Amino acid sequence: MLKISTAPHLTTSRTTPVIMRDVVIALIPAMIAAVLFFGLNALLVIATSVAACVMFEYLFSRYVFKTGNTSGDWSAVITGLLLAYNLPSSMPVLMIFIGAFMAIVVAKLCYGGLGKNLFNPALVGRVFLFISFPVQMTHWPRPEFMNLLASDAQTGATTLGILKHLDAQTSATALTAGQHSLQEIPGYWQMFVGNTGGCLGEVSALALLLGLAYMLWRRVITWHIPFYYISTVFVLTAVLYLATGDVRYEPVTHLLSGGLMLGAIFMATDYTTSPMTKNGQILFAVGCGALTVIIRLYSAYPEGVSFAILIMNAFVPLIDKYARPRFYGQGGK
Amino acid sequence: MTKLKTFSIGGIHPDKYKITTDSPIQDAGLPETVYIPVKQHIGAPAKILVQKGDKVKVGTHIADADGIVSADVFSSVSGEVIKVEAVEGEFGYHEDMITIRVEGDEWEPSIDRSPGIVRDIPYTPEQIVAKIREAGIVGMGGAGYPTPIKTAVPTDKKVDTLILNGIECEPFLTADDRLMVEKAEQIIIGSKIINKVLGIQNAIIAVDENKPRAIAALSKLTKRYVGVNVQACATKYPQGGEKQLITAITGREVPSGKLPADAGCLVQNVGTVYAIYEAVLKNKPLFERIVTVSGDCCKHPGNFLVRVGTPASFLIEKCGGLCDETAQVLFGGPMMGTSAFNINAPVTKLTSGILLLSDAMTHKELGTDCIRCGKCAEVCPIGLQPFLIGRLVRENMFEETRGCHVSDCIECGCCAYTCPARLPLLDFCKLAKSELKRKK
Repeated sequence: MLKISTAPHLTTSRTTPVIMRDVVIALIPAMIAAVLFFGLNALLVIATSVAACVMFEYLFSRYVFKTGNTSGDWSAVITGLLLAYNLPSSMPVLMIFIGAFMAIVVAKLCYGGLGKNLFNPALVGRVFLFISFPVQMTHWPRPEFMNLLASDAQTGATTLGILKHLDAQTSATALTAGQHSLQEIPGYWQMFVGNTGGCLGEVSALALLLGLAYMLWRRVITWHIPFYYISTVFVLTAVLYLATGDVRYEPVTHLLSGGLMLGAIFMATDYTTSPMTKNGQILFAVGCGALTVIIRLYSAYPEGVSFAILIMNAFVPLIDKYARPRFYGQGGK
Repeated sequence: MTKLKTFSIGGIHPDKYKITTDSPIQDAGLPETVYIPVKQHIGAPAKILVQKGDKVKVGTHIADADGIVSADVFSSVSGEVIKVEAVEGEFGYHEDMITIRVEGDEWEPSIDRSPGIVRDIPYTPEQIVAKIREAGIVGMGGAGYPTPIKTAVPTDKKVDTLILNGIECEPFLTADDRLMVEKAEQIIIGSKIINKVLGIQNAIIAVDENKPRAIAALSKLTKRYVGVNVQACATKYPQGGEKQLITAITGREVPSGKLPADAGCLVQNVGTVYAIYEAVLKNKPLFERIVTVSGDCCKHPGNFLVRVGTPASFLIEKCGGLCDETAQVLFGGPMMGTSAFNINAPVTKLTSGILLLSDAMTHKELGTDCIRCGKCAEVCPIGLQPFLIGRLVRENMFEETRGCHVSDCIECGCCAYTCPARLPLLDFCKLAKSELKRKK
């Protein structure tokens, strides 16, 4: 018996689950960095988040939304990892479950599941937790390299937190409560490898860049969104820094601190919540970069990556409407 | 060698599987019966000139072009016409065919069967076009557009570049590759014949760089033929698409909805050019062609000179027959070819390959919903947005697809090849195109 089908008869082996699994592989270096700097607490947060996300995806896709079990396509694993990477390593387990519920059930499955959600699920989970539990979400355990049993009692501030509350006038010995001095900011190299306070998956630019290299090699994403996002932040802060000389605008610090690398490489590049075409993606990435800088420098929050990406997510349908690719033979007719 | 040329928008790199690239062209021999379809081209079916019981020779005119956009059909064998009615075709539908029982191998005396190469072209442009028409030549790359219409460019358009399409970017196929290796000089003389019709002196033979032997064979001769140049192109699918090749070679684009002549170009497949040489200088109408029989389930793959009308099953038997693993038999390449329902269907003027493929190779697993990755738009060589066309088609919003320029789709299948969700994007585009054509 011969089989009949329509052309093309050959297809790529890179199906949805294969691509999603590649993203998971790309997220592994950041996981290793998280465990190296925050100990087994980080692993607990990651395991809880992934387990909760896959469980919610399974239960709700199968029994509530009845769209068929979609927990096998690895996308819930990515959401779980990204949500964990956006939490401090001291996050209580119950709160992680709440975040996972918001991410998978509310932000993803309520919209119709993979490919139909408007907002990045992991970021919705993070922002929900950030607003609901501000104390736990800004409790930053100090990184201790290679101390797997690091306790989370010792806390410090994030680099962006220090910049936000920088009091350049007071000396380091006589800080007023809540104020920080320049000396607390780690060096570039420390920030690059990840020896700095922050969410467990965002600290190591090195690990995240390794993940980016893997995704580019496997052609999961193209360089456009990470490049334009990061360059926009760099250029805007550099212009402000050169114009004012204010250390709070120092561009390299902005590049290496906070969630910029994680956001630009893994969150803004989410297929579903970013524009479809290259020119749309560039517009989207520049918008993310500009909003990140504005929120970081001029709002009450020290960090703006999550808000910036969520706001630009809302613009994606509009961008898709106008950012059409150049088509062959445009001049005709 | 200069930098490899290629097109700028989209494209993919499927695995090549060119297993027959070193297999010389063999004569496939004669089957017992041939089935010659009267429609092997774009346009009106040819009008049948023979009746049951008529004796025909190789090269006998058996069906006449019906109008301008149509083509003559010739007998590929000598013998007796035993049936002039519809026979089950490739897709299982009945198509009008002339069935001939083969008796001996007697050729029409007008055909020059001597092995020598004829180099003089003692004809006027009008005589050349007439000879091409009288030989029933159509575009053998797969489109099947009657060649005389394409070659006789309207006087208001100026063609300054002749491109010979030696790009065989479909996986598995090596028919054009072998033709260029073995009949290089005839192809170059063929280009000179077309040059004469166009009133220009140059021709560019575009070959993709994974055919070093073809490039070598042609380059050796270009020193003797002034104006003919070989241009190596990057191996990328669909480099052999007419529009893509024009852009790769000249940097020009064919305006949307217009013809290559509007970009000053004429593109002819090397197989067609070889047929033009034979028709004009050897008086031989088009009744045989090179066919690659290959595939991962083909025991003895090879390249064959096949008479039009030969059942595919005859070639398959010659190459070791079907095996248990054979899941699909394709006419043409795996990207744009058709999947045959009836393997007794005949080889036509347009059949570049018969491929026997396993289930593992052609398996299409169940997909997911669109994940909005945008890869279909990235690989589309026309710059369309197949995901958008697919969504509109599923909502029956065919009129809206017009604004997406779906009519410019070349049906290369890059979108469906690439889609990680396994959406039948090419089928959506084809459906939209046919709906728009129907409404117009």
